[in-house]
Amino acid sequence: MILARIHVTLKASVLDPQGTAVTKSLHALGYDEVTDVRIGKFLEVKVDTTDRAVAEERITEMCEKLLSNTVIEKYEFQLVEA
Amino acid sequence: MKFAVLVFPGSNCDIDAVKAVEDVLQQPVDTVWHHTDDLSDYDCIIVPGGFSYGDYLRCGAMASLSPVMEAVKREAEKGKFIIGICNGFQILTETGLLPGALRHNNTMQFRCEITPLVVENADTPFTLDYQKGDVVNIPIAHGEGNYYADEATLARLNANNQVVFRYHECDPNGSIERIAGICNEARNVLGMMPHPERAVHDLLGSADGKALFTSILKAWEGRQRA
Repeated sequence: MILARIHVTLKASVLDPQGTAVTKSLHALGYDEVTDVRIGKFLEVKVDTTDRAVAEERITEMCEKLLSNTVIEKYEFQLVEA
Repeated sequence: MKFAVLVFPGSNCDIDAVKAVEDVLQQPVDTVWHHTDDLSDYDCIIVPGGFSYGDYLRCGAMASLSPVMEAVKREAEKGKFIIGICNGFQILTETGLLPGALRHNNTMQFRCEITPLVVENADTPFTLDYQKGDVVNIPIAHGEGNYYADEATLARLNANNQVVFRYHECDPNGSIERIAGICNEARNVLGMMPHPERAVHDLLGSADGKALFTSILKAWEGRQRA
């Protein structure tokens, strides 16, 4: 079993209203050193294979087809033994 | 003229769309469950608003992979009229039938209000009964209606006159160039965040959405005569 830990985030060029709101809240708490917050999604996907190359190919496909919208988002993932 | 209104788990404006077609056009209209894989009987397909699949993952993402969307793509290629409203617009961008994507509103609010729109293109099957430059009042109700397209896509949309509606003297969600609705190059697929089906009677606060439905019927009748 392989576990894919996938991060999906908005591309740098795309406005992130959630991140902007949280930045403002952190400033309100006095954390003035915060310059930017970006909020994304974290997905854990378990795949029933021991072949890392296969898992990498399949997870990439999943990210391209469903898990991210490549018009506005980017993704990255790590594979770990589960 | 026969209409289909698609229904996904979480659709909640499907009945509004059915009523609008019945009341404005007195034409037959069916609700169609998203497992259906054949829409060849229908002349116009409405992808209604709501929260398909709870908007989990991304609005419209999972609905775009429903079997019915393959049928929608086939009918779109044949030139049938397809209209995606609100969540329907999000679904159409996710399927790739329309370019761009919808992001969270920059206002950080769910916006639910009547918005003035300017009709940018009255030469589509959906806007024949409007005039270019008309300002119409159509309600919005969305948290993720902030239209985005990269520069190249935006240039193409403008060059091909594919921007159908823009917000007029208001900016409820931060959409690029205040875009509220676009069509595909062939003009038979329209996506818009505002809800014309909720503006078909003065009792609803506006009847300005009626012309969108009468336009579709007029366009279809024009094709039948041709």
